[in-house]
Amino acid sequence: MNWDIVIGIETHVQLTTNTKIFSGASTAFGKPPNENACLVSLAYPGTLPVLNREVVKKAIRFGLAVDAQIAKKSIFARKNYFYPDLPKGYQISQFELPIVNHGFLNINIKNQEKKIRILRAHLEEDAGKSVHGIHDNATGIDLNRAGTPLLEIVTEPDMSSAEEAIEYARKLHNLVQWIGICDGNMQEGSFRCDVNVSVKPKGSEKLGTRREIKNLNSFRYMQQAIDYEVNWQIEQLEDGNEIIQSTVLFNPDNGETRAMRSKEEANDYRYFPDPDLLPLEVTEKDISEISESLGELPVDAISKLKNNFSLNDSDADLIASDKATYDYYLNLIGYDLDPKITANWVLGYLFAKMKEMELNIHQIPISSDQFSLLIKRIMDKTISNNAAKKIFDLLWEDSNKNVDQLIEELGLTQVSDSSSIVPMIEEVLANNQQMIDQYRSGKDKAFNALVGQVMKISKGKANPGQVSDLLKEKLKEF
Amino acid sequence: MSITQKDIAKLSKLAKININDKDKELVIKKLDGILELINAMQMVDTKSIEPMSHALDISQPLREDTQTEFSNKDRYLELGPDSNEDYFIVPRVIE
Amino acid sequence: MKNHLTLKQLQNGLQNKDYSSVELTNYYIDQINKYNNSVNAFITVDYEKSLAQAKLADEQLKLNKSSDLTGIPIAQKDIFCADGWRTTCGSKMLDNFISPYDSKVVELFNQSGAINLGKTNMDEFAMGSSNETSFYGNVKNPWNLDCVPGGSSGGSAAAVSSGMAPAATATDTGGSIRQPASLCGLTGLKPTYGLVSRYGMIAFASSLDQAGPIAKTSEDCAMMLNVMAGHDHRDSTSIKRDKLNYLDNLNDSIKGKTIGIPKEFFNSDLDEDVKKVLDRVIDEYKLLGVNFKEISLENSHLSIPVYYVIAPAEASSNLSRYDGVRYGYRASDYQDIENMYLKTREEGFGDEVKRRILVGTYVLSAGYYDAYYLKAQKIRRLIATDFKKSFSECDLILAPSSPSTAFKIGEKKEDPVSMYMQDMYTISTNLAGLPAISAPAGFINNMPIGFQLIGNYFSESTILNFVHEYQKQTGWHQEYPEVR
Repeated sequence: MNWDIVIGIETHVQLTTNTKIFSGASTAFGKPPNENACLVSLAYPGTLPVLNREVVKKAIRFGLAVDAQIAKKSIFARKNYFYPDLPKGYQISQFELPIVNHGFLNINIKNQEKKIRILRAHLEEDAGKSVHGIHDNATGIDLNRAGTPLLEIVTEPDMSSAEEAIEYARKLHNLVQWIGICDGNMQEGSFRCDVNVSVKPKGSEKLGTRREIKNLNSFRYMQQAIDYEVNWQIEQLEDGNEIIQSTVLFNPDNGETRAMRSKEEANDYRYFPDPDLLPLEVTEKDISEISESLGELPVDAISKLKNNFSLNDSDADLIASDKATYDYYLNLIGYDLDPKITANWVLGYLFAKMKEMELNIHQIPISSDQFSLLIKRIMDKTISNNAAKKIFDLLWEDSNKNVDQLIEELGLTQVSDSSSIVPMIEEVLANNQQMIDQYRSGKDKAFNALVGQVMKISKGKANPGQVSDLLKEKLKEF
Repeated sequence: MSITQKDIAKLSKLAKININDKDKELVIKKLDGILELINAMQMVDTKSIEPMSHALDISQPLREDTQTEFSNKDRYLELGPDSNEDYFIVPRVIE
Repeated sequence: MKNHLTLKQLQNGLQNKDYSSVELTNYYIDQINKYNNSVNAFITVDYEKSLAQAKLADEQLKLNKSSDLTGIPIAQKDIFCADGWRTTCGSKMLDNFISPYDSKVVELFNQSGAINLGKTNMDEFAMGSSNETSFYGNVKNPWNLDCVPGGSSGGSAAAVSSGMAPAATATDTGGSIRQPASLCGLTGLKPTYGLVSRYGMIAFASSLDQAGPIAKTSEDCAMMLNVMAGHDHRDSTSIKRDKLNYLDNLNDSIKGKTIGIPKEFFNSDLDEDVKKVLDRVIDEYKLLGVNFKEISLENSHLSIPVYYVIAPAEASSNLSRYDGVRYGYRASDYQDIENMYLKTREEGFGDEVKRRILVGTYVLSAGYYDAYYLKAQKIRRLIATDFKKSFSECDLILAPSSPSTAFKIGEKKEDPVSMYMQDMYTISTNLAGLPAISAPAGFINNMPIGFQLIGNYFSESTILNFVHEYQKQTGWHQEYPEVR
């Protein structure tokens, strides 16, 4: 039988704020255990929550970025359950009336745009951390994370493959960083996905029973977990077994998913409006102020790259895959550079080098002045692409070096005057009759070999384009 | 409506309060009395009435995003029934 | 020193240097040593701490840098967290809990220069109307030691009534200030919800809890409220309003004003003797030129059912934090985390608290939420609307404070529902969030009983004014028991 895969994603996005959602304790990551656990985080008797303004602003920012409705009035509720790292015995979360409703995010799959609907995004507080095996048979509770603001973004079950799910997650990951609401650090848990997976017979209207894979914090794991889960569910159904709705964990060590013990019994969370918090009201004015500060979004950036700079789809997508790269690119273009050559350099040699050195775009040792100058020298044909790579490497090692000086020192100036190149061509043609014959009989390869010979004689300094043009002319007369 | 043995087992589990078998009958009897009292509400037609969660019709105030709480963890950890190396300690939790 | 001085008299005594704060504090310490064994009004006293505060207060008094309550010892209900003080909320769960912080109310009293005289006994987590649910044993009514003082603020009321403290803080979720004030012959004010900060006040039912004073007179309540009221940014439900001086309007004429008489409270269910007392109150107010008018609070009979859904629901959630992980009691013998929770909460909570947690869990659980919790929230609105209508017809509403005088210890302990009926006249104002006072109205068989005046939102000044005018004409508030 053929199967349809149905996937929905709930993403927990930690909002970047100085302090927690309901108290003035720091949210700094990596502190010693319980350093950021204040009276409210510890749920001391008598303590009360007060909402952080910044958290509300960031939720609205997100809502506007996905064309969602911002609720004029939203409500915080209590979700009641016991867990040692949940200090109050309830989590404050938005239940019936969330702040963000009905938005969408477009993804590109095989050059086709697909709309993923976002059902809602609601504010809530993160729990603390349970550290297992502190000593024999003991779990340690660290409440530093308790009360860190989260925006939980919930999609409709609109994705039908692991590929789509990951593309959505990447797009969302880019967006939340782009609009400045999340640092996107997946290792630190700033962006965690719960993926709901179900399968159904191809074309069937009725949805299958879903299982929720909890807490995926890397795209690779997400891929592995969905692949495993889909296969597992199909196998179960083909063997005549039923899928039981459950929460599962992914084990990266063996690439498998397994049902969680603690969630085996269906919980009854007894949601009710939190009497310690009043209805959150948002005015048109609040919304329009945030809207004005939102600026260009990834989707605008991509169309600008395509329309104004004539980049192709895939280059535009890559340049706009994060805000830092996009800003970096725009900054370079500002030096009056050719957009296409610049895109090739950024996405090609620069990215490869960054990957090799494990650096991000903010850590590039070459100044924009020098990098743009280097690209200018390619544009004005002073140096060849290969020569430019040499210079780039030298600049990377010593940021005090200067492009023009290096060109001169290393004698890399490209020979572009025909009076120097023509004698070289003539020399090559005189010595390679066989290749000329091959060229005439229609073999393109022979032409490239001839160009290579000329370049060799020029010690790589001849302008390859010019060599090629001049060679074509000479071959006509020869 | 009256509380069953099954109900009481579920409530005990949700509220995390152990109820000894020998006390169950009495607990049920008293809870039934309270339910009877509150069931007087069921006579009222409340179809078109907005629920009231708060006495006053005001909206949530917002706090500026500045740090006002600073670590006092030695004092807090000391109040814990069991703490060790900066952690509060509980029996091993299995996920 | 004369017994039973009011705050106003103590303020004068201190400012005239008739005695120092240290002397005054020592006087109350003596009273506590004399009476607390029989009355059991205090859970925790710390004379060293109290006297250290008194010394500082004396310096302020010397420098004439004092405010109204500087140097005056005040008893704090053990529901208010006080830095360095054991704060138990009447529960074994918090028996070893030394609060690391001050509640807003305690902070305000400290700032005013008042002395923290100790922490008063109360029903466990404020759940009760007789003080019999306290882990620290029941408080006895100073008027008759075989009787309850009311609850949950029974310790605060008994401390003031017996002369161990001149005034005390208290809290009221369904009548916990007014009913004990009525049963102990005192004046107790529950302010408008949101007027006094709940920060650091251990939560029972968050949407109903409100702190207020129990004192001897309306004037003393005004002095206490002057300290307690005010906006607090740490409590989202705290109201931003200009601060009033509640002493300013105490002596305004009430001539020509109207008090509403809700027919639902003055029906055949009302105890004959209580009715007689209230009729006399009406006559006394008439002498002051006040008009009376019958009004209707037609849904008031539903306030007990509604309350016993909403309060337990909120409590079941508020009390989930007592899990033995971060502070407070933890069972000594357990096999795993689940077992630790079950036993900690079985052993740490008393029967009434457990009962309410179970009821609250039930009414919020899947399948019952709409029929109970949501329904209760809707009827709550009907109850509040009744009041709103009534206040277009009258300035204040008169009601009984309690259905009877103090009952015998143990009399209602095994019957929760009959105990809940103690709050039948007080609960509706909590549901609506309105201010109300109970003040001494007289005696039935030598036991005191109060009358209740309910006002519109933020009408505390008017309420205090009405009672002050009454107390200028009558002497019920000047009667004190002789504790034996």
